[in-house]
Amino acid sequence: MWRYVVPLVLFIGIGALFWRGLDLNPNYVPSALVGKPVPTFSVSSVKDPQATVSTETLVGKVSLVNVWGTWCVECRHEHGFLLELAKAGVPIYGLNVRDDRSAAITWLSTLGDPYVASGFDPDNKAGIEWGVTGAPETFLIGRDGTILHKHISPLTPQVWQRDFLPLLKKHCGPADCPFLSAVGGS
Amino acid sequence: MIPEFGQLALALALTLALVQGTLPLMGAARGRADWMALARPAAAGQFVFVSIAFGALVYAFLSDDFSVLFVAQHSNSALPVFYKATAAWGGHEGSMLLWIAVLAAWTMAVAAGSRSQPQEFSSRVLGVLGIVSAGVIAFALLTSNPFTRLIPAVADGNDLNPLLQDPGMIFHPPTLYVGYVGMAVPFAFAVAALLTGRLDKNWAKWTRPWTVVAWLFLTAGITMGSWWAYYELGWGGWWFWDPVENSSFMPWLMATALLHSLAVTERRGIFKSWTVLLAIAAFSLSLLGTFLTRAGVMISVHAFASDPTRGLFILGLLALFSGGALTLYAVRANNLEAEGGFKLVSREAFLLANNVLLVIATGVVLLGTLAPLIVEALGLGKISVGPPYFNLMFLLPALPLVALIGVGMHAGWRMMPGDALLRRLRVPAIVAVAFGIALPFVFFGTASVLTVLAVSIALWVALSSLLDPVRRLVFRTGAPLTRGQVGMCLAHFGVGVFMLGATVASAYNFERDFAVRPGDTMEAGGYELLFKGVGSAQGPNFVADEAEIELRADGGLIGVLRPQVRTYRVQTEPMTEAAIDTNMLRDVFVALGEPLGNDAWSLRLRVKPLISLLWLGAGLMALGGLVAITDKRYRVPARQPAPAVAQPAGVS
Amino acid sequence: MKSLALLAGLWLAFAACAFAAEEAEGFDDPALNERYRALIHEVRCPKCLNESIAESKAPVAAELRREIRRLMGEGASNDEIKAFLSSRYGEFVLYRPPMTAKTFAVWAAPFVLVALGGVVFWRILAARTQQPIDDEPLDEEPTP
Repeated sequence: MWRYVVPLVLFIGIGALFWRGLDLNPNYVPSALVGKPVPTFSVSSVKDPQATVSTETLVGKVSLVNVWGTWCVECRHEHGFLLELAKAGVPIYGLNVRDDRSAAITWLSTLGDPYVASGFDPDNKAGIEWGVTGAPETFLIGRDGTILHKHISPLTPQVWQRDFLPLLKKHCGPADCPFLSAVGGS
Repeated sequence: MIPEFGQLALALALTLALVQGTLPLMGAARGRADWMALARPAAAGQFVFVSIAFGALVYAFLSDDFSVLFVAQHSNSALPVFYKATAAWGGHEGSMLLWIAVLAAWTMAVAAGSRSQPQEFSSRVLGVLGIVSAGVIAFALLTSNPFTRLIPAVADGNDLNPLLQDPGMIFHPPTLYVGYVGMAVPFAFAVAALLTGRLDKNWAKWTRPWTVVAWLFLTAGITMGSWWAYYELGWGGWWFWDPVENSSFMPWLMATALLHSLAVTERRGIFKSWTVLLAIAAFSLSLLGTFLTRAGVMISVHAFASDPTRGLFILGLLALFSGGALTLYAVRANNLEAEGGFKLVSREAFLLANNVLLVIATGVVLLGTLAPLIVEALGLGKISVGPPYFNLMFLLPALPLVALIGVGMHAGWRMMPGDALLRRLRVPAIVAVAFGIALPFVFFGTASVLTVLAVSIALWVALSSLLDPVRRLVFRTGAPLTRGQVGMCLAHFGVGVFMLGATVASAYNFERDFAVRPGDTMEAGGYELLFKGVGSAQGPNFVADEAEIELRADGGLIGVLRPQVRTYRVQTEPMTEAAIDTNMLRDVFVALGEPLGNDAWSLRLRVKPLISLLWLGAGLMALGGLVAITDKRYRVPARQPAPAVAQPAGVS
Repeated sequence: MKSLALLAGLWLAFAACAFAAEEAEGFDDPALNERYRALIHEVRCPKCLNESIAESKAPVAAELRREIRRLMGEGASNDEIKAFLSSRYGEFVLYRPPMTAKTFAVWAAPFVLVALGGVVFWRILAARTQQPIDDEPLDEEPTP
């Protein structure tokens, strides 16, 4: 007798699942690296082929790692905001992927260079270590070299407010983030 | 003005659907013949207005009316005329209108064909269809109006998605929709039976032809989609277990179970609650498909739209239709059951196993499709469930099912001596297993256990299906076959052919990517492919790089393949058009990749043995359905008793 | 018949075939090549709308294929390659969900369904075999 209710119960379960699913974003793939230390990598710097940008560069301070390329249209949308952040004192390291060195240098000199240094990664070899699928992508790195957050798509003031600032407030020690007040974290 | 007329017509159709969905049902409950009599005229009126609306949309496309937003988004003045017309269903809003139009056509057909049914029943059927129509038309008008204006109008449109500019896309959606949406008919019959509180053999006899027609269109529609993906998308595959593909496959599985369960209900008056539940499930899964393609809940290349608001509305429709029907089932199904015994070896038992296995198969597909969503909803991260899972797990119910088809179709009703069955089937079984083991090794040199098993079962079903037709036609023994039986044999034979093609094409799929310069030869066994270079080609609204490749064997020229990479003028994403050389034994499939510098290009080469059997088998299944519905018992009014007592042809 | 022979030749001569054209992405060793092709069909392109890296034309798909070839050349097993990929891109990129506590249910479910189905089948059959096989005449034409 009760078996006739089973289909209805199953249906309600599946319906509830979809109800919940409507709030989820199927295109959002969380990074597997959040909470893990910065991956092992070493690439030459875009502007100075003798210098390197590597794992060591990123340990010891709170910083951003921003993946970009001259081919990336959306990167231009966030470029202005990155310059603002850089001016406020946020250390931003770039990872230039799938690109040509001279084009990258020209781009930076024309549009402005928000990066302390940019790694040159034409084959996305280092990028793969970071789980990079494209650009723009931005990582927040903690002082001990742990990846605190990854954001895919342009970095905007809204995203900064919503996702980055709370983490910064949580993870910055007393002297770690001198830029915090300048970028809205008073 | 025409688009506004279209919108008005749609609104009028909604009004009529609301009438159709309320008064006849109330009339049936209260015994008011005048209200029940409203059903047919309301259905006819709805059909007229929906047709006007659909016609208005097509007109807007054909007249390049870019002041209509939907036309501007999906058409272009340079688009060939055929595609302008079919662009009407090239996007979400238009495809919903197609859904509505197909439902109106089905409703009209049911209204016309229901004259032999008692009014209390037919008015309920049309009433339920009216509720469904009203819900979907309301959805279209409120959230997905294809007639919305674009002000100011643009000079020219965005062009139809290049992937859809293909003959396959003219036929695939309408055919699929006739099948998909057609599941509303057995659904309506089932709900009407629950409302009436009675369900007898006549009910099954009325329901079955509608189900078979919808089923055969669904079979054809899915096959067309699969074939189109194969030759159009350039990766040489034909089924990816994508959520949207699964959401057309699950209704098909349930519809197959339904039409078999109806056989038992029609014959013995039992399995009634199974049949009703299967009818509800088939339509619910169809609606689920409509939901998944538009709600933005799962990622798919097929997704029309990703709009949670629309998704919510469709979820509401699902709750109303399916939830309502299942609630009715929970309350009323208990009254339906009837006595009727059968033994372990009997057609009923095999059809019971058929029902169970098809439900399991549907469950496996549903579970695999929903698993990532469940895992994510529980906060456990994101996983993917793809072809490696489905290809393996689906076989669990599928292989036994197909094997049992070969046995069950020869079993007699109620009971059959097991040894009689064995005697009939011994020879084909041995032949099938022998060839199933031998053929893969002889032709391909290696075979896995699974391949041998699948090939044996495929051959077994094919041979078993031919037993009765061969006995009758060649040896002139046994009772004459009715069209229903011929259809059954044809469809089951098609299953075997399909399975053989699918198994061999998957197991012995040859794929390789090459880098070639003009004059290079790719060798693959006995074939040589001579790459002659890449030139330019032009189409009405695109330019293309076209490669010329000569396919040779033993020095003789078999054909010239010209794969292209097209760049459409408006939507500039490059698109591959693969070139395929087909014959019954294999497809040679070449897709052009990228230029690698120095005149070199990358090419994808696939050789797929026996893949034509896949399309052929599916076609035979649909054909079998078509033959079956021409059976004379569907042309005779329900009340007439049939002549002599005849033994079913399968009993020796 | 000739085509059948050709088909046989295709496979029997597979190991011995020589390519005048350079293989764009693969290995000379046929066994390794087969393993490579099978593996790339099991890896999901992290940036596409449900495609494997074998089919996708996205840059990241080509890069992941390259990494897989590199790892296979270094002698990594399939499990090691999958671990490499999932530690960087998440379990999301594996079309065959790995067998963990979390996904155990996904892999077990079909078997549970079959078991349940078996129970249902036997129970219904048990009930029906008890019922009388009524002697109503087979009054209609043979129903398939």
